[in-house]
Amino acid sequence: MAAAQEEKREEKKFSIWDLPDVPEKLPPHLEFARTRVQCNLDAPVHTESITYSGAYASMRVDNSVQLDFFQEKFRVEVKRLTKDDMEFDLIGIDPSIANAFRRILIAELPTMAIEKVFIANNTSVIQDEVLAHRLGLIPIAVDPRLFEYISENDSPNEKNTIVFKLHAHCKRGEPRLTVKTKDLIWLPNGSEYLLEGQNPDSSSSSKPKTYTSFSCSQDSLPEFANNPISTLPDITIARLGPGQEIEFEAHAVKGMGKTHAKWSPVATAWYRMLPEVVLLEDIEDEDAEALVKTCPVKVFDIEDIGNGKKKAKVARPRSCTLCRECLRVGEEWEKRVSLRRVKDHFIFTIESTGALPPEVLFTEAVKILEDKCERVFSELS
Amino acid sequence: MGLMQVDEQDVDDKQKRAASVKSAVDKFQLVPEFLKVRGLVKQHLDSFNYFINTGIKKIVRANDRLVSTVDPSIYIWFKDVRIGQPSEIVSGVSEKITPQMCRLSDTTYSAPILVDIEYTTLGSRSEKTIMQKKNATIGKMPIMLRSCCCILYGKDEAELGRLGECPLDPGGYFIIKGTEKVLLIQEQLSKNRIIIDTDKKGNINASVTSSTELVKSKTVIQMEKGKVYLILNQFAKKIPIMVVLKAMGMESDQEVVQMVGRDPRFSALLLPSIEECASLDIYTQEKASEYLEGKVKRSTFGSPSSNQEGRALAILRDVFLANVPVSNNNFRPKCLYVGVMLRRMMEAMLNKDAMDDKDYVGNKRLELSGQLVSLLFEDLFKTLITEAQKAIDIILGRPSRASRFDPTSSVLNKEIISHGLRRTLSTGNFDVKRFKMHRKGMTQVLARLSFIGSLGHMTRISPQFEKSRKVSGPRALQPSQWGMLCPCDTPEGEACGLVKNLALMTHVTTDEEEGPLISLCYCLGVEDLEVLSAEELHTPYSFLVIFNGLILGKHRRPQHFSNVMRKLRRAGKIGEFVSIFVHEKQRCVYIASDGGRVCRPLVIADKGISRIKEHHMKELSDGVRTFDDFLRDGLIEYLDVNEENNALIALYEGEGTLDTTHIEIEPFTILGVCAGLIPYPHHNQSPRNTYQCAMGKQAMGNIAYNQLCRMDTLLYLLVYPQRPLLTTRTIELVGYDKLGAGQNATVAVMSYSGYDIEDAIVMNKSSLDRGFGRCIVLKKYSAIRQKYENGALDRILRPDRTGPGAERVQILDDDGIASPGEIIRPNDIYVNKESPLETGGPINSAADPKDCKYRSAKQTYKGPEGETCVVDRVALCADELNNLSIKLIIRHTRRPEVGDKFSSRHGQKGVCGTIIQQEDFPFSERGICPDLIMNPHGFPSRMTVGKMIELLGGKAGVSCGRFHYGSAFGEPSGHADRVETISETLVKHGFSYSGKDFIYSGITGSPLQAYIFMGPIYYQKLKHMVLDKMHARGSGPRVMLTRQPTEGRARNGGLRVGEMERDCLIAYGASMLIFERLMISSDPFEVQVCRVCGLLGYYNHKLKAGICSTCKNGNNISTMKLPYACKLLIQELQSMNIVPRLKLAEA
Repeated sequence: MAAAQEEKREEKKFSIWDLPDVPEKLPPHLEFARTRVQCNLDAPVHTESITYSGAYASMRVDNSVQLDFFQEKFRVEVKRLTKDDMEFDLIGIDPSIANAFRRILIAELPTMAIEKVFIANNTSVIQDEVLAHRLGLIPIAVDPRLFEYISENDSPNEKNTIVFKLHAHCKRGEPRLTVKTKDLIWLPNGSEYLLEGQNPDSSSSSKPKTYTSFSCSQDSLPEFANNPISTLPDITIARLGPGQEIEFEAHAVKGMGKTHAKWSPVATAWYRMLPEVVLLEDIEDEDAEALVKTCPVKVFDIEDIGNGKKKAKVARPRSCTLCRECLRVGEEWEKRVSLRRVKDHFIFTIESTGALPPEVLFTEAVKILEDKCERVFSELS
Repeated sequence: MGLMQVDEQDVDDKQKRAASVKSAVDKFQLVPEFLKVRGLVKQHLDSFNYFINTGIKKIVRANDRLVSTVDPSIYIWFKDVRIGQPSEIVSGVSEKITPQMCRLSDTTYSAPILVDIEYTTLGSRSEKTIMQKKNATIGKMPIMLRSCCCILYGKDEAELGRLGECPLDPGGYFIIKGTEKVLLIQEQLSKNRIIIDTDKKGNINASVTSSTELVKSKTVIQMEKGKVYLILNQFAKKIPIMVVLKAMGMESDQEVVQMVGRDPRFSALLLPSIEECASLDIYTQEKASEYLEGKVKRSTFGSPSSNQEGRALAILRDVFLANVPVSNNNFRPKCLYVGVMLRRMMEAMLNKDAMDDKDYVGNKRLELSGQLVSLLFEDLFKTLITEAQKAIDIILGRPSRASRFDPTSSVLNKEIISHGLRRTLSTGNFDVKRFKMHRKGMTQVLARLSFIGSLGHMTRISPQFEKSRKVSGPRALQPSQWGMLCPCDTPEGEACGLVKNLALMTHVTTDEEEGPLISLCYCLGVEDLEVLSAEELHTPYSFLVIFNGLILGKHRRPQHFSNVMRKLRRAGKIGEFVSIFVHEKQRCVYIASDGGRVCRPLVIADKGISRIKEHHMKELSDGVRTFDDFLRDGLIEYLDVNEENNALIALYEGEGTLDTTHIEIEPFTILGVCAGLIPYPHHNQSPRNTYQCAMGKQAMGNIAYNQLCRMDTLLYLLVYPQRPLLTTRTIELVGYDKLGAGQNATVAVMSYSGYDIEDAIVMNKSSLDRGFGRCIVLKKYSAIRQKYENGALDRILRPDRTGPGAERVQILDDDGIASPGEIIRPNDIYVNKESPLETGGPINSAADPKDCKYRSAKQTYKGPEGETCVVDRVALCADELNNLSIKLIIRHTRRPEVGDKFSSRHGQKGVCGTIIQQEDFPFSERGICPDLIMNPHGFPSRMTVGKMIELLGGKAGVSCGRFHYGSAFGEPSGHADRVETISETLVKHGFSYSGKDFIYSGITGSPLQAYIFMGPIYYQKLKHMVLDKMHARGSGPRVMLTRQPTEGRARNGGLRVGEMERDCLIAYGASMLIFERLMISSDPFEVQVCRVCGLLGYYNHKLKAGICSTCKNGNNISTMKLPYACKLLIQELQSMNIVPRLKLAEA
């Protein structure tokens, strides 16, 4: 209500002579353009964020970011949190920062994903490359922070590689077999396939050389002792007809989403600016009903204001999807309803693929941004 | 009051109309039912079945006796003929074969032609016995897939699967030596019909191309300078038509005038011809014959038989208007035919509208595979008989014939027919001398690039005109094409408008028995011409009845006659494809039952009310009623192009007026298969649909259910093909939803990064990572273990894994052939083969193969560097000569890269301009990130509104979970969703009604300053990929002759600085650059030039000096550089006794 009143005051015409000589505040129309995106029927306006500290210098208003002010205003409100996704509000922040988090979440947070597949046998209809590609996209539920990156000359060891194997066979006379990710078996001791040129019979003192060189078993490590590494169980890898067989070993390594989307820890991460719906004038009776009816996401409600009169009110602005139907009710409605976005309030959504819970992903993203800032400082100093 | 009443009536009428619209029966179900009965390529199958069941029997019956000229009691009598089961003789035993077996083993899918024969044999003591033999094979007939003698006939999906066949494959093609061959539909001008047109000089012609079983001829009657002449090949000169008529016994000029018509204008036109005849002093039949005799072309090898009765008369009887039969030398029908021709010519002279249009579809006939094969078979069968007769005569003529003589065993050479058919079908060159047919490119390899491509290939109609002619008439869209030929599907470029495609519901007729129809006509009151005088030919109040181009007679009540005929047809008493057409202007009733006419089914309406009612359709959906029942009950009938002129066809049921006779089944059936894929084609600019028809054939996707079991030379497959979100009814009917060729991409229509100009598209890297546009290329490589003349054999060796070159044999199995699943790199050996050095000479089977010397003939893989290919499959089979043939399929999986070509279904092609990281891509309020970005400049000039509606419909479909439809012209009948309803759905799910979303920039994080039109559009990946095309070279191979760099990518050739580039450089004055490009980088050569004689010398390496071979000394030799090609030119000129001399000056 208070906001609405404030809006009304803004809308009133004011004389240039009423302005103070030294304004401590921006004039309302500029303040509006600075803080809100106005979504008109044809196009949104004031979409850009004004970051230059001296943008309003001519009006003696300082536009620079002040830390204490930011600290005071900045808030994070978690609205919804489940195992795989979360929605939270980032309030009092510039779009560039919010976007930085989004970009880091998509492209720069490392995860583990299958990179190498050693196919021993594949008689299914699905080609080796396609099978490998599908395997790569399987999310692996393991904390990537426990692993290191593998570089080209590194030999795969327990610190940088996770090995899975799968052997599925559909016997003749049986119905078609669907191979799912739950059939992947984690090999904590590394690869079981011997390197070429190795004689399996020469089982002398040393272990036979395989495609990995694990110094110890991964399940002896404290992190994995009690929670074996797994994947999401119900993703179809392939379908086998009678007599077909798939046998392979898959090596997962750490990587980042910018190299390949399979390493992205999020299905997607995005934000939207907080919608703000304002009725610029009282909308009553039939008009109100028309307005309520027109909105597919029920932003508006009807309020009884006594003596049989009804008035429209904005009940759930947050659910506005910007379908702009309310502006299309009739002509002139663009002057009665105003759809806006608050420029410093972000509704952020993270959909995790399952490797890490979404809240951890976000804190990790913050850490990465922090690292980046520190790197800039250290490079500059 | 009166006014009021009218008003009321009007309102009433309107209400009734509206009510009938509401109650309009949804006739769509008839289309799938039609396709079930008639199939997509039913024209081919019907035609081939007709040949197998009827045509072949007719041919054999016509030539059923083979009698020796030496001893007439020795004969072979072919009593019956039929086609057996497709089979192959493997070591003496006949084994059934399946089409898939033939494809894989490079054999021909053919069945034996079986005959029952009666023949006489001669015993050793010349006693004659008459023998009977059943099921003797006289050759093998290639079998059309899915025809009635194919083993796939009538099989259901599971059975087809067991035979290794794709259930969606329509059949209609042949398999010759392992390749699938389509006999294209040939378009021709009608045979045996009078066509009036003008030639180049503006003379009016009436021409008839006669075609009977015996003779094929062309008769032209021409009006030149007011006089009428006959032009016939057999006559050396033009013959005045009056002379011809007189020669045929119509001696009276009066009769001729009466025949043409009493109208004085006609007589006036005829007068000069009559005068000319009189001036030639010809008044009697004898005189005329005499005159004609003088004009007969003297053929060099004139047969003596015709001398007795006069060759002129024989020509008039047999060649002139050969389609009009002459019995007992009664030329009257021919005279009357000429009379009709003259009359039509005169009418055309007086009224230009009476001219015939050669491009009119009703004047066209389509020749289908059955007819073409039957022609071939007839020729080969006749050859077989004459050959056999010769052979018998030779044997009988031999003085010392000792053993028994059985003609069937020795003289019927099976190879004549088998080989002849196979060769013609595999080369496509129809060279039938007997019928004067010399056509090339009649068969084509079935395009297996995409499913829709192969379907489209089967409906293609190839023209008879040569393509280079610059005429617009035959290329233009004919109004009579409506519903018969697809208005969109035609290639661009030289064949534009000439090559056409059948529409969805078109049917092409086959020949029908004429006899019963003719007698029926007479029963229905057609007056025979024999009993009529010439005067009565063109009397008013009577119409001529013309049956298949033959004048039967006349009828006084044409409408009544045609109504009765039609009633009989609807009742199923006469063939369903017989057409009855009353031509009011020509005052003729045309009845046609010949093959090759295009026709289509239409719902019959009585006074505008459809005969199909709700309960009929209910019965159809319950499966009680089939399409044929509709035909039998007279609810639906086939109309050909001519009869359509007598019908008033309403588009929809509600639009019928009292005069309406028919109602369309579904308007979208006017399009063909390829154009049927386009959603909302009626909202697009027309050429865009044409472009899409061409591009849909290049789209990658699934080819067939058995695509991974096929051994095609080149196959492009999409890894994750999808069915379009916005479908059409045609898509479902042809099975494109099961074998799609594209993916539903979320498209944002906006500008991004500048790499999207000129139709380029910007792609999302994450989408590509996740499998968008990923494709598999399968290429076939083969090797043959050859058997040689001398019995020597190629051998395939176990690879030597230790010696030098061991790394090249890594992928080989111990049998010397690459093993499936191995990664193959350039220069790897895939078949470790060795060939014997000595291949000729006599067979020395005794010699130990070890003694034989071999040379290495290793098959190495020469793929491009940096491409990881995999051996997909290896197949071994025996080829036709029983050699071991090894086929390898090499597979390469590709993800899209910059420069790959994509296209939507609206003729909007574009290459991938750049690939951008997902985080830089814009995203919507719901977190949707587009897969690709398309520049909005693609819309205004192309006017592809259909694409925008597809986007909207796709978006609505995604949000409400229902596939939306966009069939052509489908809005009124509910086969296309209206934009209004789509928008409503969008709004219901919280989208903007216009499909435009609020988008945030992925780079800055701020919202964009415009709403972005975003949603899913079905995108096709086209076969043109950068990887196959990119080419650059530094130094490389050169041509032997000129020493210049080779040409073309395949030979790693250089990039040519051509004439125009050279001109540019000259204009710039960049002489050093020209010098460098044209000589240094091309073919520099050092020559010794003699300054005295100006000729080329040579460099003597012993003396270390240049010597002029003309002057015989080395005193005045200069060394200079020259392009080698120039040196070559000089020498070649010298060899032609031209002496080019070089005059050198200091530079």
